[in-house]
Amino acid sequence: MAEFKTITKPVMKKDAMQLVTGKPVYTDDIINQDCLIVKLLRSPHASAIIESIDTKIAQKVPGIEAIYTYKDVPQVRFSNAGQTFPEASPYDHQILDQRVRYVGEPVAIIAGESEAACLKAMKLIKVKYQVLEPVFDMHTAKDNPILVHPEENWRTLSYDFYKSDNKRNLVSHEEDSHGDLEKAFAECDEIVEHTYHCKANQQAMMETFRTYCEIDTYGRLHVISSTQIIYHVRRIVSNALQIPKSKVRVTKPRIGGGFGAKQTSISEVYPAFVTWMTKKPSKIIFTRKECQIAGSPRHEMEMKIRVGATKDGHIKAIDLYVLSNSGAYGDHGPTTVGLAGHKSIPLYTGGMEAHRFTADVVYTNIQSAGAFRGYGAPQGIFALESAVNELAAKLNIDPIKIREMNMLKEGMHMDAYFHEDATACALDRCMEKAKEMFDWDNKPDCVDLGNGKVRSKGVAMAMQGSCISNLDVGSATVRLTEDGGYLLVIGAADMGTGCDTVLSQILAECMDCDVDDVEVMSADTDFSPYDSGSYASSTTYITGMATYKAGMKLKEQILKISALKLNKPIEELTMESKEVVAPDGQSISLVDIATASMCFNDIPTTVTETHTSPVSPPPYMVGMVEIELDKETGEVEVKDYVGVVDCGTVMNENLARVQTEGGIVQGIGMALMENVTYTKKGAIFEESLMNYKIPTRLDMGVLRTAFESSYEESGPYGAKSIGELVIDTPCPAINHAIYNAIGKFLYEVPFTPEKIVMAQDE
Amino acid sequence: MEIKIKLNGKLIKEDVDAGTLLIDWLRAHKCFSVKRGCETSNCGLCTVFVNDKPVLSCSVLVARANGCSVTTLEGLQKEAEEFGAYIANEGAEQCGFCNPGFMMNAIAMFRENPDPTDDEIRAYLAGNLCRCSGYEGQLRGIKKYLQYKKGE
Ligand code: FES
Ligand code: FES
Repeated sequence: MAEFKTITKPVMKKDAMQLVTGKPVYTDDIINQDCLIVKLLRSPHASAIIESIDTKIAQKVPGIEAIYTYKDVPQVRFSNAGQTFPEASPYDHQILDQRVRYVGEPVAIIAGESEAACLKAMKLIKVKYQVLEPVFDMHTAKDNPILVHPEENWRTLSYDFYKSDNKRNLVSHEEDSHGDLEKAFAECDEIVEHTYHCKANQQAMMETFRTYCEIDTYGRLHVISSTQIIYHVRRIVSNALQIPKSKVRVTKPRIGGGFGAKQTSISEVYPAFVTWMTKKPSKIIFTRKECQIAGSPRHEMEMKIRVGATKDGHIKAIDLYVLSNSGAYGDHGPTTVGLAGHKSIPLYTGGMEAHRFTADVVYTNIQSAGAFRGYGAPQGIFALESAVNELAAKLNIDPIKIREMNMLKEGMHMDAYFHEDATACALDRCMEKAKEMFDWDNKPDCVDLGNGKVRSKGVAMAMQGSCISNLDVGSATVRLTEDGGYLLVIGAADMGTGCDTVLSQILAECMDCDVDDVEVMSADTDFSPYDSGSYASSTTYITGMATYKAGMKLKEQILKISALKLNKPIEELTMESKEVVAPDGQSISLVDIATASMCFNDIPTTVTETHTSPVSPPPYMVGMVEIELDKETGEVEVKDYVGVVDCGTVMNENLARVQTEGGIVQGIGMALMENVTYTKKGAIFEESLMNYKIPTRLDMGVLRTAFESSYEESGPYGAKSIGELVIDTPCPAINHAIYNAIGKFLYEVPFTPEKIVMAQDE
Repeated sequence: MEIKIKLNGKLIKEDVDAGTLLIDWLRAHKCFSVKRGCETSNCGLCTVFVNDKPVLSCSVLVARANGCSVTTLEGLQKEAEEFGAYIANEGAEQCGFCNPGFMMNAIAMFRENPDPTDDEIRAYLAGNLCRCSGYEGQLRGIKKYLQYKKGE
């Protein structure tokens, strides 16, 4: 493998020093503070029709600029999901609707000079609801006579793929299979069959949803928002307000965390509507409570799985049915569920003879779900990996051995992964390395510590994708700057993951220059070339390749200018880091080329390239965990977590490591504490960070990570992806460790102390 | 009511609404490093110093800081740069939104206990949530910074 100059190195993030010194770089730091404050009155009911809504008295509160209800907004439906055309998610939202579908749904938009005025006015709005019977149980939602979306103007752009049908409460249905399933199961000696359950998870990014809007010099709507998807937001705002897309400009400053939360347009349409109507600047800042009850959490999913193997541990067949709860709206519903199957089953491509994956996604009257790191894969992998660990236990085969026997290896054809080939796969090496780092073979399954506690170990594997194949588009514009460096302009959104820096490294590698010679600008729909946005782990793989292509193209342009200036045939010239040289030793510096390009020149030194991919090469991971479990209280403490990742070429050692650590800790939160429960009326109980617990630095033990790289030819310098993969292993690995501790597997995350105590008593 | 506060070394005399929270007052005075992440005193993002002691500015009224000196990261730029470089060198700043509060509390810890153990670091900073980094990189940065300080 080639030696790299810049990529792979632990380069400091380009914005790092600004961030650590607390500079004003986020949405609410950079806007005109003298703007209207926007607040939302929200529904106390899970399902109701607004019979009447009276804002007359509220309007009179001093400082109130406007109050809007469903009567004031365009009566059209759109999707809030940030997805490429033809959007998979149904067009089921209105800015405000006469029907409310979950507790917390906006009922009125209040805009005023101060928060106090808005809150005062909020109390004075009189709403009469006709309360309807809600649908809460996802098991009975499909074909239930009570409909979440009975309206006639509901529509889908993707019926052919997803069979979405509002008259059945069906957000989508999907089927995929290969081989003769029943024959394969008939040949199995042992079959594990269970139903697993993953509750919703809150994103809990530290910066809540927020958006500022103003009218610009040209009378257009300028939206400054904490978003991962500038171009999709532009379309969504245009759809919602029924104004041309060209009238909307979307800018993303620094984002205080995303994880997919900001791949849905949660906060944008409200200030957009206020500003468009009043022509005054306005902002909305979601409270933490609003994020918890009206955000975009992980889809609750139930996985019914059957896994069959022969006595000697040959896994022959996997059958998975997933029921996913999309909540009141279909944002990301049709697409998340697919990953539960497509990103789990192929892990066992080794000897698998048949598989079936079926899924239903339903509407219910709870908070709508969205895109959260992993996007359905954590749920599917939890079920499959737990089942395989149970299978290994029943067959009395070492859980590592059964994986080594059956796992996907490089070069295999993946029937369960869109019939792609595993072109770059070091899953086997990840296992080898993890085993060695963890000292798996020398650690007993379980040791009694003599104080009521036991110490035990667990393992799981995972995979993800590197983009949405045949769909995602990434672009990069690269310009030669006057001082012989480069400006890189992208539409991808760095949400802290460091893609501004990683893409700069790719360009620096390509141009044989220092990362400091690259300036980066992102992201603004007026200036950035089109990019689907930062999601599906795709930025490095897709936008990275666009950056590479743009760099190569710019090199050609530079050589063209040099050929003219040096009066030499272009084929003879070579570009070295800061100059172009001819075989006779003549040369011209990049600074001189840049200067020459500005005088009597018609060769452009700004180029834009676009990339897309017909494949989505998976990254892979092995996670091993050691826990201490208190048998009395059911408390689990993570002591040691080893994560070994194959993300292709590691683009930036530091950033990849921190991604891995951050993902593992989120996964630990999902496994042990993050819980969403509802009152009888359908209100979310955990509406703050007081009762929705996310891991603190006391909850994670020691994390140890390593990389075993494969080389993916279709990615920039061999890269695949890392962002989402790393959240996938903790749930099944910790479940395995719990089994080793108490002799029982659990079937529902989070594994709370109560569940562990109860499982022991069963 | 009228208050007198020394904000990052500068004396400010001003009439304020008695119910104003310190965090809102600070942001109104362009101390944008001070962030809000919750309404329940659980995240630590809003940490500032009042008379050199770390407090959660979201749960203190500005009136309570009357007569005190208040320090935000804007007033500690030299220390922020020095220590922050160690966090940045680990790539542990990620989205950065939790950073100002984390930096403030870490600086408070260094002043109180210049030689903490790993467990003491974890305990002192337990109230500073970070959803991105997984904390381990922050710990590496802190330890390398302390190492450097010892050698100084
Ligand atoms: S804002 Fe969360 S503790 Fe102050
Ligand atoms: S870096 Fe994003 S919350 Fe800490």
